[in-house]
Amino acid sequence: MIYLQAILVLAALGGGLAVLLLLAGRYICNYGECRVKINDREPITVQGGGKLLDALYANDIFIPSACGGQGTCGFCKLRVLNGGGPVLPTETPFLTTDELNAGARLACQVKIRNDLEIVVKDEYLLVQRFAATVSAARMVTSDIRELHLKLLDPARIDFRPGQYIQIAVPHKRETVFRAYSLASPPSMAGEVELLVRLIPGGLGSTYLHRVQPGDAVTFTGPYGEFELDTAPDTELVCVGGGCGMAPMRSLLRHVAETAPDHPCWLFFGARTSDQLMYREELEALAQKMPKLRLHFALSEPDKSPDWTGETGFIHQSAERHLQPGQARQAFLCGPPQMLAAARKVLKDKGLDDKAIFADEF
Amino acid sequence: MASTTSFTLILLGSILANNILLAKFLGMCSFIAISRSMRTAFGMGAAVTFVTFCTTLLNYAIYTGVLRHGSHFLPAVDLSYLSFLIFILVIAGFVQLVEMVLERFMPSLYFSLGIYLPLITVNCAILGVNLFMIDQGLIYDFAQTAVYALGSGLGFWLAICLMAGIRQRLREADIPLPLQGLGMAVIITGLMAMAFMGFTGMVN
Repeated sequence: MIYLQAILVLAALGGGLAVLLLLAGRYICNYGECRVKINDREPITVQGGGKLLDALYANDIFIPSACGGQGTCGFCKLRVLNGGGPVLPTETPFLTTDELNAGARLACQVKIRNDLEIVVKDEYLLVQRFAATVSAARMVTSDIRELHLKLLDPARIDFRPGQYIQIAVPHKRETVFRAYSLASPPSMAGEVELLVRLIPGGLGSTYLHRVQPGDAVTFTGPYGEFELDTAPDTELVCVGGGCGMAPMRSLLRHVAETAPDHPCWLFFGARTSDQLMYREELEALAQKMPKLRLHFALSEPDKSPDWTGETGFIHQSAERHLQPGQARQAFLCGPPQMLAAARKVLKDKGLDDKAIFADEF
Repeated sequence: MASTTSFTLILLGSILANNILLAKFLGMCSFIAISRSMRTAFGMGAAVTFVTFCTTLLNYAIYTGVLRHGSHFLPAVDLSYLSFLIFILVIAGFVQLVEMVLERFMPSLYFSLGIYLPLITVNCAILGVNLFMIDQGLIYDFAQTAVYALGSGLGFWLAICLMAGIRQRLREADIPLPLQGLGMAVIITGLMAMAFMGFTGMVN
């Protein structure tokens, strides 16, 4: 009897608290309808109380976000001109003083409490949601999978080489987004190609290594600010490793199709020779592109006994081959340490910060 | 009927002689973590004081109404062994509720206290005050409990602000490298606790 009473008292108090909180959530946290004005567009009406990022997605405005609204990636930056309230401590690590002064916020941390006036980059307004299906998949190294997605709706994607998309990854009952560079050239508009390295425990990569031809995949895109400099005397220098190959494949194939005489360098680093992917394909590309120079380097050559090419880190290879005093544009894609070393080399060769575009992963 | 003297004694006793931080050493994590600047320390102190005061009174009502032997609604059973569990529930629920109310109706206060409110859900100083209230078999009546809870909260507020003041000054000081940061903070806490021991004789 006494145990029953104890359980009843505990349940009654706990249940009472829960009901109280639910009611409070229902009535106190009801902010009614709010109007969100985006750039110069007509304001959209959204239900208040939610996060700005969710409201934008519900209205088909897909600003980048990789962490699923957790406030850990810092991608969903936008400017809130009016009604955003103070900047939260969860946002400050991602925002510079200049950005703060301009009203920058993280959309996933801004709660809609009243009417808002926000500014998002115009290119994000062009971002669409695509329904696609896996059309082909193969392993290109022991842990990198090449994945082809055939677009269903819309049936075409317009993008610039070097841009990326965000794959919708089902996770428990939510959807999180993970960014992947497009490896296909823009001319292949009905199908996109991705390179996905399997990261054990990673949400996006395990999902994309699991899907099979015929499976449905949803993504948003395109994102990314890189613009290829097409001036004929400006060399394109690509430095990368691992699945950093993806955007470079897109860039080089695009250049091969549109301006095969454009001068290009590709520096691609790997630990062992079985991690060097697409070598034959790139060498075939170099036949068509007289000014494409390919350099592969292995950082652990003793594990690949039949390797006769360059050894060492890839930035050292770039340092050996690039001569200063040439107009260049650089695209870097790879792990952070590799990019930091490559950036230093390129600066020493006379490139300024604006000409170096880095895509870290 | 309790006299004014007893109220003053309880208040001073809980602020100074039995300071929750410096005599009981509860709530240390927030005390050390949030005492780097005066502004945040002040906000934390205010939030702790408010939540301690309100939850102690709520839990007093639950304890005397339901839990203890000879309680108002269930006099026959002694459920006081549930108090630990229920006090935590009440504190967590109350903090949630206060957060919602503040966010909706007092946004400016919400933003100045905002992040400290969720933090104090698990602040042991608050649960400590709630448990000390029944520690010696409920020695205080409702009004005295209210004064005790208020005093304990104010004691936290006072101590964390003192600490913040000292640490702000220490920023200019030349501290030996191994003691910089937390090391020095813990030494100062010890010195402050010794100073507060001086109040013990005053109340007893």
